Amino acid sequence: MPGGVGAPEAEGSPDEGGIAGFSREEMHALLAEMLLYRRFEEKAEEAYAIGKIGGFCHLHIGQEALSAGAIGPLRSDDQVITAYREHTQAIAKGISPRAAMAELFGRVDGCSGGRGGSMHLFDPSVGFYGGHGIVGGQIPLGAGLAWAIRYRGGDQICLCFMGDAAVNQGAFLESLNMSAIWQLPIIYVVENNGYGMGTAFSRVSVTEMESRSGAYGIPAHTVDGQDVLECYRFFEALAEEVRGGDGPHFVNAVTYRFRGHSMSDPVSGTYRSRKEVESQKRERDPISLLRDRMFEAGLLTPEELQAHDDRARELCADAADFADSSPTPDPATLYDHVYAEVGDRGRLFLDGRDAARAAAGGAGR
Amino acid sequence: MTEMTYRDALNAAMLQEMDRDDSVFLLGEEVAEYDGAYKVSRGMLERYGERRVVDAPISELGFAGLCVGAAMAGLRPICEFMTFNFSILALDQVINGAAKMLYMSNGQIPVPIVFRGPTGAALQLSAQHSQACEVYYAHAPGVKLVVPGTPADAKGLLAAAIRDDDPVAVMEGELLYNVRGEVPDGEHVVPLGVADLKRSGGDVSIITHGKMIHVALQAAGQLAQDGIEADVLDLRSLRPLDVDAILATVARTNRAVYLEEGWPFAGVGAQVASLIQQEAFDDLDAPVARVTQADVPMPYAKNLEQLAKPGAKAVVEACRRVLYLG
Repeated sequence: MPGGVGAPEAEGSPDEGGIAGFSREEMHALLAEMLLYRRFEEKAEEAYAIGKIGGFCHLHIGQEALSAGAIGPLRSDDQVITAYREHTQAIAKGISPRAAMAELFGRVDGCSGGRGGSMHLFDPSVGFYGGHGIVGGQIPLGAGLAWAIRYRGGDQICLCFMGDAAVNQGAFLESLNMSAIWQLPIIYVVENNGYGMGTAFSRVSVTEMESRSGAYGIPAHTVDGQDVLECYRFFEALAEEVRGGDGPHFVNAVTYRFRGHSMSDPVSGTYRSRKEVESQKRERDPISLLRDRMFEAGLLTPEELQAHDDRARELCADAADFADSSPTPDPATLYDHVYAEVGDRGRLFLDGRDAARAAAGGAGR
Repeated sequence: MTEMTYRDALNAAMLQEMDRDDSVFLLGEEVAEYDGAYKVSRGMLERYGERRVVDAPISELGFAGLCVGAAMAGLRPICEFMTFNFSILALDQVINGAAKMLYMSNGQIPVPIVFRGPTGAALQLSAQHSQACEVYYAHAPGVKLVVPGTPADAKGLLAAAIRDDDPVAVMEGELLYNVRGEVPDGEHVVPLGVADLKRSGGDVSIITHGKMIHVALQAAGQLAQDGIEADVLDLRSLRPLDVDAILATVARTNRAVYLEEGWPFAGVGAQVASLIQQEAFDDLDAPVARVTQADVPMPYAKNLEQLAKPGAKAVVEACRRVLYLG
């Protein structure tokens, strides 16, 4: 696990004083990890407000337990693909807060070199395949990653995240069907925060989320996405089932978004009441829930909590400083990476660039 | 050289590449048990098994995306569309996925995929099954596009497309599958971005691609009866585009006609005409003419369909026009 969080031991090795089979250290690690995600997003919010980050920026605040609890149990060679509310998922899979923040800033040390931005974080070397901006567009891609695993006879799995709105896209239905036909090693996880942008799921669906995979013969599960311990144990077990050849699974993870859809959207807005948001924040904050359980069990002191929080803030301040000091991309690289292979015959770019290069005696005609 | 059909040449290219590289697989509707809707993949299921020759459900968006995902993981899928008309359903995965992945990821994730199938009209298939899809693909940076018009080019360009590390669309022609021609034996690869002068004339340049080379050659034959000798330049590859070859033929003839199967608005001919006027203006003795499909959805009735399709007669007229022969 990144961020200094050690992977919990397999089930059945609870040490004294733990909860639900988690040791004290494991719980501290999960708490620290979620605090890191929270502070990272708050730092992004701050940077956005002063213009360091542009464009769309979708924060994950409120949904941190899923990054820690679903990605945490994966192996480093397992794969994650997701949509555009993905900063903390990227960090959970192993992208450093520095590289993620630098990407948000559009800088050269960003994990996508400043070419992707908030919605397109990538690092296949840690198994993180983005960061996709079209609702549902990542779902067939996830099926393809899983296809490649099966094709090569590997024992990795793919975890494919989506928001609740994505299940109404054809891409979702088609991918579920294909995954079932070919028994692909993939877990589809809906981060069901109740709203697709400003539209409640109940207004765009007459069936419950959990029923959505049944038509394709894919087992469905519902988990409390605010309970990191439940998530962790659930995904730990499910990952092994899928790894063992159990085929695709569908998980409805019930969560809640504490901020607006994006930075341009007010927290409550016209589609949900302030009261609703406040009550969710008060009663269903994944970090508070774990914190309180640990307090109650005598596994956490206020000083320890403060130390975790200080560390998280420190890492995020460092990430922002790093991002701010990272150079903007070299203008000379504008055309880099449009194509992997640029041969010496024919023009690939029709905006005059190749003509200018050819006139200057370079390649490109 | 062996004489074979365009269909068998495509098949030969896939065998050539699948034999040498286990990461290449073929996935699409009807490609396996049915041997391909146009029998292009005949015998491939038997040869490679269902791991590598895979029948997909009718889910163009889904299976195109699945293939893009597999390519992101380093495999080299050949994603067959029964026709490119149906690939319009899949364009999100082609344009937002395949074309942009390498760039968005700063070069970390190449997408070495081939999208192939027929483009353009056949006979009386009506509006939804008869359209040229080249510009939908060529428009997007990140995509390469080849349009073979002969069996030899079909084998060579498809092989090159499979070996290429970028997304390459290979647009075939339904009416070409039975066309026969000499095809080089053994390994045959035609590099992307190299046009081919299919006929050397000197009086006027007919520049075209894909199936339309046959219409162009027919028109050139008719023009020859009047003593007019036409160059017929087959671009073969639209992106990368062999601009040198275009400029060379225009420098020789000073007159150009672009012939394509698609609609005129923002068509391939519009791009080529723009290039010529930008870079060969002083070579021109006449404005560049264009011959395209009529600017209407393809009608069903035989007589209307004939009217809508670009034919040799329209090409001859356009050539005479740029030669100021009325």
